[in-house]
This record gives sequence, structure tokens and C-alpha cells, in this order.
Amino acid sequence: MWRRILSLIIKEMLAIWRDPKGRAVILVPPLLQLVIFAFAMTMEVRNVDIAVLNHDTGNWGRDVEAGIQGASAFDEVIGLQSVSEIREAIDSQRVIAVVHIGQDFTRRIEAGQSANVQIILDGRKSNASQIVNSYLSAIISRVSAAAYSGGTMPDTIRIRHWYNPNLEYAWFTLPGLVATITLLTTIIVTALSVARERELGTFDQLLVSPLRPLEIVVGKSAPGLIFGYLHGTFFILVAIFGFKIPFAGSLLALYGSMFFYLLAVIGIGLLISAISATQQQAILGAFVFASPAVLLSGFMSPIENMPGWMQIATQINPLRHFLVVAQGVFLKDLPLADIARNTFPLVLIAMATLPAAAWLLRKKTS
Amino acid sequence: MSDASINSPKPLPFVQINAVTKRFSANGPAALDAVSGTIETGKITGLVGPDGAGKTSLIRLLTGLSRPSEGDVLIEGKGAYASQHHLHKMLGYMPQRFGLYEDLSVMENLVLFADLKGLSGEQREETFSHLLKFTDLARFTTRLAGALSGGMKQKLGLACALLTRPRLLLLDEPSVGVDPISRRELWSMVGELVDDTMAVVWATAYLDEAEKCDDVLLLSNGKPLYAGPPAELTDTMTGRVFLARVPQAERRAAIAPLLRDASVADAILHGDAIRLLTREDADLSHIRTLVNAEIVPAAPRFEDAFVDRLAGGPDGRSPLADAMSRHADAGEAVVEARGLTKRYGNFTAASNITFTQKRGEILGLLGPNGAGKSTTFKMLCGLTEPSDGEGRVAGFDLRTAAADARGRLGYMAQKFSLYGDVSVAQNLSFFAGVYGLSRQRARERIDAMLEAFDLTPYRSTTAGQLPLGFKQRLALAAALLHEPEVLFLDEPTSGVDPITRREFWSHINALTAKNVAVLVTTHFMEEAEYCDRINLIYRGRTIAEGTPEALKASCSNADGSVVTMEDAFIELVARSEQEGAAA
Repeated sequence: MWRRILSLIIKEMLAIWRDPKGRAVILVPPLLQLVIFAFAMTMEVRNVDIAVLNHDTGNWGRDVEAGIQGASAFDEVIGLQSVSEIREAIDSQRVIAVVHIGQDFTRRIEAGQSANVQIILDGRKSNASQIVNSYLSAIISRVSAAAYSGGTMPDTIRIRHWYNPNLEYAWFTLPGLVATITLLTTIIVTALSVARERELGTFDQLLVSPLRPLEIVVGKSAPGLIFGYLHGTFFILVAIFGFKIPFAGSLLALYGSMFFYLLAVIGIGLLISAISATQQQAILGAFVFASPAVLLSGFMSPIENMPGWMQIATQINPLRHFLVVAQGVFLKDLPLADIARNTFPLVLIAMATLPAAAWLLRKKTS
Repeated sequence: MSDASINSPKPLPFVQINAVTKRFSANGPAALDAVSGTIETGKITGLVGPDGAGKTSLIRLLTGLSRPSEGDVLIEGKGAYASQHHLHKMLGYMPQRFGLYEDLSVMENLVLFADLKGLSGEQREETFSHLLKFTDLARFTTRLAGALSGGMKQKLGLACALLTRPRLLLLDEPSVGVDPISRRELWSMVGELVDDTMAVVWATAYLDEAEKCDDVLLLSNGKPLYAGPPAELTDTMTGRVFLARVPQAERRAAIAPLLRDASVADAILHGDAIRLLTREDADLSHIRTLVNAEIVPAAPRFEDAFVDRLAGGPDGRSPLADAMSRHADAGEAVVEARGLTKRYGNFTAASNITFTQKRGEILGLLGPNGAGKSTTFKMLCGLTEPSDGEGRVAGFDLRTAAADARGRLGYMAQKFSLYGDVSVAQNLSFFAGVYGLSRQRARERIDAMLEAFDLTPYRSTTAGQLPLGFKQRLALAAALLHEPEVLFLDEPTSGVDPITRREFWSHINALTAKNVAVLVTTHFMEEAEYCDRINLIYRGRTIAEGTPEALKASCSNADGSVVTMEDAFIELVARSEQEGAAA
């Protein structure tokens, strides 16, 4: 039996490596993802322009303006002269936000009344403008804290970000990439494996051999595991040595959890492959699975913000569970119990999908 | 054309192909190598040759879609590539792969192509009704094109190509996948079409179709072998073709020594005799000493001439036989089908198929596409689970001991289905591993197979780059590594050249001598002739069973004259339909 499986594994690896398309699938996406995620994709807002329309002649209005000018997030701060210029500035996308300080701003503060600053944001860039809004709010609240406590700017709140003291975005992305890239590689490699053989007509040849469905599944899983581990390792090395991200936890625990993660993904990949007649369908199927999997993993947006039923639905997403492990082990030495708790669902997913794939492979032949 | 005839005594041919060479890469092999010929209006010109001969490449040059590397294709004196646009108005082209939209109905397909060709108004209605009547598709206008039978698809394709009555009709292998009945209908339809205003090019790998053409252009490996009326070529073989009536039991054994003799160019099984093609000036009395049977002259066929041009058949030796050990034969059945039935929803693809096959026997499942022969075949090699009934291979039940049964059968799919990106040796060692051969044994078997099929020089060649004939050898080698007791062949030699086909069947003959049973599916009458027994399947049922001779005898004409396998097939199908109608 092992001789049969070993032959199949060797053949699978050769088939992927000797096929130029197969090689491209292995080599191109991870490098592309590395560039995109590590350099281009960031939740921070930098290098944006902003406009200020200050009708207030008092010192508090000036303080707000100075605070904005001093913020490193904003590239250029444009001073506007009249309300009519606001629309033009936003419409032409010259600036992402306009801060409008009314002429009674200082007067109301001095009088002990509440004073308002109007912030106009470009809603077309909803994500970035939300972030700009929070920067602006922080600046304004510092001014107001000073204004109502008498005289000097207070320095009351000191924020310490544990596990990522400088809030480096790469510290968040790269461990996440270890999880997402291995998902993409593994799902594509396995989804293509059976579909490629169907297309070439070699799958019938396999099915008439003494190979049993389970042996085919084991043989077809191997390349996914091997390439999943290779890519995972590559990104761990890039994170540690390229981006100087400290690796806090146990590498062994991460690799152990990754085994079940990859099996879960392979099971899904083989299911996709089993129902695809062509490689094109398989690729399409892989993306239909992979894009929501990445979006609903907590990598792009927090799961806690999703509606309750969707939070439950994310339980079948292997990436959701492994992301916790990858980021946890990387940045804060996640305790073994927590790793096990997040790995357990992966075991369940693999146990459901792999036998289902084995059954479907034989069923869906004609 | 009439203008040209004023100046020259002989009118210019409609299409003139002048020493055309086509290479797909600058230093690559020539898909067409200095091919010349003419295509005349009012004639069917056959573009004849096996797969890979260059037929489709030449057709694409005729459509002006690709440009010759050397030489030129002149249509009414104008270069085809340069005058593409003008050319497409007078062209009807039916590509090899069904070029219609399977998700549209027959009528929607017609409407779409009519729109594309700018056919509208009253003229469109007239053309539609004429074509639907002509192709006998009027009853099926609402059926999806994908749900049509092979023959009906080709008729619809033909109708679409005929929408704006073309002056040059190019048909790329229209009879592939078409049952014999529809094939005859297609021929008579095209025969009706040809007149003084239309020239037809019919590409085919079937040599019997070549005989029906007015002119042929015979290609092999891109090289032109002959251009002209087929009968002229066939006639050169007159006096060299004989039938030797060898008793059936000795027939297979008698072929090899005949092929080995220097005075015999070719020998094949043909009905109840061996068909011999002698070399020029062969001594008939010498041949009589080779075979202990009556030898009578026979009419030559186009295929004889083709084989002769290719320097004769193989020498009949099969080193393969030496590489296979003999299976014991206790007279038991090695393949058993008992009431095999396969239903898909409420459609029964195969119904109550029952037969047994002995060791060393070649059994043919013959039938048109979609008749159920492939379903039966798939059930017996374990690719499809039967809905009902029982199948056994080498004594193992396909349901309860499927893996054991599969370990005892060898399988060769219709199209080359090995791993094209890996080497010959890697392909073989993969299959050796999958069939559980020990490393030592695998090495021995692989060497033996490489040797037997002359594949040793190609050991580390990538399988996909092998020449066509060698691909087929490799596929057979892979299927035989584990010395199976039964060999399953799915349309093994359709489209291959006659020499490769002969070579293939000489291997199969050698296998039967080692008591390997061979189960073949085919819709190809010539392959049926090679079988010991035939199971004729039509609409999911066995409608006739017996030796090829017995089937032919059951349909013999009233005057006792011999009928061909194709005649017998058509007759038996017609009878079954009558019974069906009567019941």
C-alpha cells in the first residue's frame, strides 16, 4: 500500500513541477502576495492631504490648526479662505477631509460653553476617511482637554501597545500572511490536482488501477502539505529576517497546528477538485472559496464586528482558526491550551472534508 | 474563371495549392511539407491521412486563417491569406470539434449563424426550411444542440455551414464520432450538394471514405503521398491483392509468418480470410507454400495502395510476446457480465447486458456513439458502478473486491492519457508502483517493455513529445506492466495510420497467444473485423452477438453475396428498430 502511495506522491510532485503552469502556480502567487500585502496593503493612512478652514481668530482655533499641521499622517495642510472652497477641495479629491473651525470657537470655550469643530470627510474613501477622522478626533480632543482644564495641554493618557509596541502594521500582516498564503497555495495545488487529470484523461487511468479512494486522497494531499509547509516556512523566514519581527512562541507548536490547518484546506481543495471537470472550473472554485475565506477570517476586518449568524458561519473557515494561532504564536507566545483550542476545529473540518472528497472522487467519474 | 480560360487552354483550377510548407515555429518540424494539389468545383476532394498528417493545418490555410511558411494557396488565382476577407464570404467551414453552441437549441444555433452571416428576411425563412428539410432536423428544432446524437450534431453543423450557399465547403473530419448510418446519410447529403458552383473538401482518416471522393490528396506526416482520383491509385494494386481462406482457429497464428516473408507487403485479418498484399512481381506459388489454404484474387482497396506507399506493413513480429508470461487457462470465464444495467435518472444507458469472455479471446463491444457500449465497458473496468447486475473480472466481483479486480486488468484509454510532462521511464515506474510491483520486478518489467516496444532510446524523453505511434506504444506498455489477465481497450486505433494499426494488432494477437483476454469497444468496422466475437450494442441493449462472420452471414443478401461489416451493422440496427416498433 505504501509503495502505491509513494509512487503516486512522486508522480504528483513531478506533474506539478514539470508543468510550466504548475510551476507558475507554485512560484508566482506567494511572491506577488508578499509584495502586495507587505508593502502596498496597509490600514494606516499616510501621505494624505487635508484642508483647514479656520474662521476663528482666537488661540484655541490656532491650537487645533497647529495640532493638525504637526501630525505626521498628513502630508500637506491647505488653508482655505471661505466655505465655498470646501466643496471644490473635496470634489476634486484634492484633500480627504476639511476641518472647519467656526468664528466663535475660542469665544465659546472662554465662556465655558461647548464648542464645535466641523469635520467634512470624503465618503467615497470610507476606510481611509474613518481613519483620518480618528486622527483628527484625537487631535481635537487633546485641545479640548487642555481648554476645559485650564491653560496647559494635558498629557493624561499614555497608550502602550503590547506585543506590537510601535504598532508596526507589518507585525500584524506578516504572521497573517503565513496563514493566508499557505491557504492560497494549498487550495490551488489540490484543487488543480484531480481536475488536471480529468482534463488530460489520466484520472480514469488512476481509477482503474488498484489504488483505493483513500490512497488516492493521501497521494493527492501530499503536494498540498509539502508546498503549504514550504510557503509557510518561507514567510516565517521573511518575517523574522526580512522584517525583523520577533518570533515569540514555539515553532514546533506552530508547525503542529499548521499540519491540521493544511489538512483542512486540502480537504476543501479536493472537494472542489472532485466536482470540477476542468482546471478552469477548479481555479474558479478555489477562488470562490478563498476570497470569502480571507475576508471572513479576521485578517481584513474583525470577526467581532460581524453579525452573529455570520460569526457562527466563520467557524467552518479554517483560516479563521489558524490565523489566531499564527498571530498568537508569532507575537505573544500563545499558550499551548489556546493553540489546541483553535486547532481542534481544524481537525474536525479535515475529518469531514477528506472522507467526503474520497467518496466523491469515485462517485463523480462518469 | 471564364476569363482565365480565354488565355489558357485549360481553365485554372478553383483552388491551387502550390508546394505549401507550414511550420509552426521557425526551426520546428513541418506540419505540411511541400504539398501541392488542386481542388475543383463540382467535385468532392478528400483530404486523407491519419491523425497528425496535416489535414487540419491544410484546411486552415484554405480558410486563409493562417499563412503558409512557403509556397502559396491560390483561390481563383488570389492568395488565400491576403484575400481572407473576400474569401470568407464564399466559404463554408465546419471545424473538427463541434463548432456550435451546445446550450442553444437547433433553431437558436441556426438563427445565430444566420445573423452572423447577415442572412435575413424572406431569404432566411426559405433557407431555414430548406436546410431543416435537407438535414432532416425539422422535428428537433427545439432540442438543445448538446443533446443531439453525434450524427445529428454534424448535420446541424453542416446546415450552419451551408446557410449562405458557399462556393467552397470545408469539412474537417465530419464523420468522426458518427455512427455508420448517419455517416452514409452525411455522404449522400454532401453528394447532393456538389454541383457546378460548389467545391467540397472532406478531410478524413477513414480510408474507405477516400474511395468515395472524386479526388484525393493523401497526406502522411505532412508529406504528400498522392494527389488525384482515388481509383487511379487503387488500380495500381490490381493483381497484388489476395484472400487466403485460412480456418478461423489458425488465422491469427498464420498471419505472422506471412508478414515476415519478403514477398508479402501486408497481411491482415479480414472477415473469414486473411487479406494479402503482395510485393510487386511476387511469386504466387511461393506464397502458396507459406499458407495452407486456398488463395483467391481480390479487388484492391485504397488502403492497400496507402500501405504500399508507406512501404508495407510491419513484419508481424511482436517481441512483446516474449516479454509476457503465459496465463494458465482452465477454460473459465475471465470477464463476466450478468444483467449489467446502468440508469441515469430515468434514462437507461445500458440494460441487462450479459456475456462471458474466455481467456485469450478478443471480444468487441460494437455500437454507435451513445449506444451504451462505453457505459458497459466502464462498468466492467470499475469506472462506473452498475445500477443493477453483476460484473466479474478474473473471478473478482467488481462490487465487493473492486481493487483486486482492478489489479488484474490493464486499461488503455481512447486518447493518449499518460502524463505528458514527465519522461517515458517516469510514467512507467509510476504505473509499476501503483500496481504494487516490487522495485526489482518493476525494473525488470520496465526494461522488458521498453525493449519490446523499441522505446529504449526514448527512455528519458518527455512522454508528450513522443511521435503519435510511440505514444500509443507507451500507453500499451503502461497497461501491460503488471501482466494483466484482461486488457481493456477503448477505441484503440481510431485515427491512427494503417501501419501503426497493424503493428498494434500484431501485439494484441501476440497477447492472446499468452491467454490474455482483450475487451475492445469500437465504432470502427475495421476494428470489429479483428475480434473473435462481437457484442453489438444499440440503445443500451445487446441486439446481436457472435463472430464477425456469423453476424455478416445473418445479414447476407438474398443472392448469397457477401456483405461488409458495415452493411451487417446497418441491417442489424434496422431490424432492431423494426422489432422495437412492432413491440
